[in-house]
Amino acid sequence: MAKAKLMDFDKALELFEPVLGFEVHVELSTKTKMFSDAPNFFGGEPNTNITPVDLGLPGSLPVVNGEAVRYSISLGLALGCSIAPSSRFARKNYFYPDLAKNYQISQFDEPIAFDGSVEVELADGRTVTVPIERAHMEEDAGKLTHVGGATGRIQGAEYSLVDYNRAGVPLVEIVTRPIFGAEADAPELAKAYVATIRDIVVALGISEARMERGNLRCDANVSLRPRGQEKLGTRTETKNVNSLRSVERAVRYEIQRQAAILAEGGTIVQETRHWHEDTGETSAGRPKSDADDYRYFPEPDLLPVVPSAELIDELRAALPEPPAARRRRLKAEWGFTDLEFQDVQNAGLLVEVASTVEAGASPQAARKWWSGEISRIANVRSAEASALVSPADVAALVALVEAGALNDRLARQVLEGVIDGEGTPQEVVDARGLAVVSDDSALIAAIDEALAAQPDVLAKIKDGKVQAAGAVIGAVMKAMKGQADAARVRELVLERAAAE
Amino acid sequence: MSEITQEQVAHLASLARIALTPQEIESLTTELSSIVDNVATVAEVATADVPATSHPIPLQNVYRADVPGTTLTPEQALAGAPDHDGSRFRVTAILGEEQ
Repeated sequence: MAKAKLMDFDKALELFEPVLGFEVHVELSTKTKMFSDAPNFFGGEPNTNITPVDLGLPGSLPVVNGEAVRYSISLGLALGCSIAPSSRFARKNYFYPDLAKNYQISQFDEPIAFDGSVEVELADGRTVTVPIERAHMEEDAGKLTHVGGATGRIQGAEYSLVDYNRAGVPLVEIVTRPIFGAEADAPELAKAYVATIRDIVVALGISEARMERGNLRCDANVSLRPRGQEKLGTRTETKNVNSLRSVERAVRYEIQRQAAILAEGGTIVQETRHWHEDTGETSAGRPKSDADDYRYFPEPDLLPVVPSAELIDELRAALPEPPAARRRRLKAEWGFTDLEFQDVQNAGLLVEVASTVEAGASPQAARKWWSGEISRIANVRSAEASALVSPADVAALVALVEAGALNDRLARQVLEGVIDGEGTPQEVVDARGLAVVSDDSALIAAIDEALAAQPDVLAKIKDGKVQAAGAVIGAVMKAMKGQADAARVRELVLERAAAE
Repeated sequence: MSEITQEQVAHLASLARIALTPQEIESLTTELSSIVDNVATVAEVATADVPATSHPIPLQNVYRADVPGTTLTPEQALAGAPDHDGSRFRVTAILGEEQ
């Protein structure tokens, strides 16, 4: 693949205005599929979570999953959309083995939700309103593995293997209207928009929203128009960009690539493009053509979805606080600096810290543990921090430290024990005998011993050199094998000096 | 007569993966035109205040509880497949991509 010519990003922005658009697919975390009672579980042995409906076998009939409809309405409401009084399903006809029926059941002319908007916050705190055209329900397709090609891609493949476990998984596709005015922030806005959608569906509890697993997938549309031109430029659609960082990079790349072509008098081909994580480039997919002639028609096997006003009211009342408002509130309540808050947010630990604070920990202590030791262990073990330990256990650990029962060093050991499944922090303390020595007489005996070895320390402290206490504290901690509260030892040493 | 052309019929046939002879295209063009004309007669009766109907029985909101049921075994799933590899269907590599 020849390297595409790229224009310097700033130069591209000088000449052209970028216009963005996104299609985000969200896999709903219902227990069963959209139109069949097969478990909604992708992974494991291929073709085990399928029914005749998922294979489109003759005589099988789809039935709508009521829970998926509720989830979709909640999502529509969270996106500020109107909910259609009546919506229906349609068949999108195409021949490709990712669906065995030769059509996908989707919504076309009557989506369940339409005309909304989402507030997206950029890193510097500015807010951009992204207009939402529609959110509609559909089913996911099966997973193809191409065999025989040099790179596992379709080009040169000899045959393909199909697993239909994912076929029929409930999806909501969220489509934006064209987004103007993002300018040099376009790549960042792309990332922030997808992150906002992720936050919304996580807060609603309707999707696992793990991009690396394909629960949340983004197609990014980019077009450029020369400064001063009203008419929109030709757009490209970069498919299935599956990390936040990639969304940002892909949009930046397309702006630079298209600008280079347009500046030389070339034209942009309306096509889908594929993002390559390894090289940080996009490459041409198929052009828009006959393949897009989907011959939609109303799905005759399914009935209209007509949600009652009561149901919509009920779901609206149950909506969580919008993510942007929640972030502003938490930041104020916790008293974090911008940097502290961004660290937590960028690490995806907002929910964990919030839950830990709710469980009784101070915000700073919660932040320290999640951003520090827990993230470090997660990194070492290539695991998600949130999967290692529960917020309740972290709060319990913080409480033990604050009560003086554990010092930091012991607390880290207790944390390891909790992560390794040895029980709650208190159970680990009991089982491993890790509590600090809180018996003053034992500490005083150790202090006496340390002072005997360093007789000049007390005099130095009396002379105002309080830092001299450090040597004694160190010796005591060593004698107690670390199981002492250093702050208490310091207090006792200073008391002794004062009493001299 | 409606405006159905032989080109449209040929295009539709290719989208539907149906091989048609020139004679079939010709006769289908006439037949489809006649069907569209008949639909147009119905459309004349339907005024703006008559909503479109996609289903003959006025039913709505027929939902299934979100409870997992019985699934096929991979053996059952693959029973009708021309070819498979392990528990996956094996198909000819098709030039194209996921939609």
